[in-house]
Amino acid sequence: MIRFSHASKRYPGGFDALQDINFHLSPGEMAFLTGHSGAGKSTLLKLIALIERASRGEVIVNGQNLAKIPRRKIPYHRRNVGMIFQDHQLLFDRTVFDNVALPLVISGLSHQDIGRKVRASLDKVGLLSKERSYPITLSGGEQQRVGIARAVVNKPPLLLADEPTGNLDPELSREIMAIFEQFSQVGVSVLIASHDIDLINHLPYRILTLKNARLSNDTAPASVENQKW
Amino acid sequence: MVNWVQTYLLRHLQVFFYSLGQLTRSPFSLFMTSAVIGIALALPTGLHLVLKNMQTISGDLDSAVQISLFLKKSTTDSQARQLASQLRGMPQINNIQYISRKQALQEFKRLSGFGNALKALEKNPLPAVIVVQPSLSDSNANSTQRLVEQLQAKPYVDIAQLDMQWIKRLYSIMDIIRRGVVILAGLLALAVLLVIGNTIRLAIQNRRDEIVIIKLIGGTDRFIRRPFLYTGFWYGLFGGLIALLLVISSLLLVSGPIEALTQSYDSQFSLKIIDLNSTFWLIGGSILLGLIGSWVAVERHLREIEPT
Repeated sequence: MIRFSHASKRYPGGFDALQDINFHLSPGEMAFLTGHSGAGKSTLLKLIALIERASRGEVIVNGQNLAKIPRRKIPYHRRNVGMIFQDHQLLFDRTVFDNVALPLVISGLSHQDIGRKVRASLDKVGLLSKERSYPITLSGGEQQRVGIARAVVNKPPLLLADEPTGNLDPELSREIMAIFEQFSQVGVSVLIASHDIDLINHLPYRILTLKNARLSNDTAPASVENQKW
Repeated sequence: MVNWVQTYLLRHLQVFFYSLGQLTRSPFSLFMTSAVIGIALALPTGLHLVLKNMQTISGDLDSAVQISLFLKKSTTDSQARQLASQLRGMPQINNIQYISRKQALQEFKRLSGFGNALKALEKNPLPAVIVVQPSLSDSNANSTQRLVEQLQAKPYVDIAQLDMQWIKRLYSIMDIIRRGVVILAGLLALAVLLVIGNTIRLAIQNRRDEIVIIKLIGGTDRFIRRPFLYTGFWYGLFGGLIALLLVISSLLLVSGPIEALTQSYDSQFSLKIIDLNSTFWLIGGSILLGLIGSWVAVERHLREIEPT
């Protein structure tokens, strides 16, 4: 689903955010991306979402070499990548329903389809009763779940999450992770950037560790299986 | 396919009314911007309509070419009347009006307001005049000119004057004004473009976060551009309507005095406020300016906003 081959990112001014990154994430696989602040987690996710482009090497997502996607095709690429953000990135002047519906409105779905899919998505994150609320009236955990519902509403094959539990307490964080697990079980690839070592060490998933812009460690899920909480 | 078209049109319709809804949330700023556009457009439109009205007046005058024969002062009243009746028989002449020296003086006193000054004169300074109206059947410039020469040669005639000079002058003045209106309209259209462009630029900046989010979840530039284009459309429409209102009310305000003036000239002229065609061009042009202005602003500023 995602393949990095010798991918590097150098920002103008000579700062190397990522150097010679190699890894492969299979369809339906769930993995964590960890490392200190500034190690390059966010940059790696940005390369996948085409917010940034690799300076060298190849990034292939869903069989497509991202270097070959022209600027005007980027929106169509992003529709296949569900993104979840630490600060949720919700529109506060629109209801929960309208927020979740946005990707479908962009894709030009009919009214009936939108209603059906939005409710299915909100149901998955347990927020069906809040569809008429405005995001500001929701708790942090609920807002994050709205963000997840929006990311998955058009059933992308890949989910990216950048510190999705950054502002949440441990219990809410585990709830959010459980939602991601459900999606990976139905075949969605999930890549979660997180520095919450305590949380991810207790989960039976692959962990990619970035250190000084390089991939320093790639632990298979088997090694942590016995630590399952 | 039909379904897809339906969805597409429905989506446009939604954005169409959504952008109107957004605008009416702050009615005061909507009114301010529209009023600026309206005033800018009302000026050239009003001048254009005044010109149009002047053309109808001068068109009436065009057919009313007349030749004034100023008679020699030594001509007696009976000699003049004799000449008048002789002219009346000519086929090229439609009508004759004889104004004796005495009548001319009286008329001059009545119309000029110099009555008292004229009393100081010992003799009547005015000549007798025969006003000749050429028959309309052959009223082209050449035949009229020939007639003038013919009349000039008649006895007792001092000067035969074709009263067309001032019409020519009026035409050239109107031509100057017309070009002035075109220049003014061009400049003010540019001003409208800038006003709308600036308003849309502010709207884009106010919704920066929203644009970033839409770009992150796969919104195309076209999708993002659409509500701003419709916003420009609405500004154009409201601006055009305000301009129309301003023009109509201004012309109604001056129509009373103008009719009083034209009646004093025995004219059947009545002021035309605005016809359907001009209304169409005003509103259509205003909407077009709105769309162009917002298009330029969106093209310029949308690319600057990218998720980081």
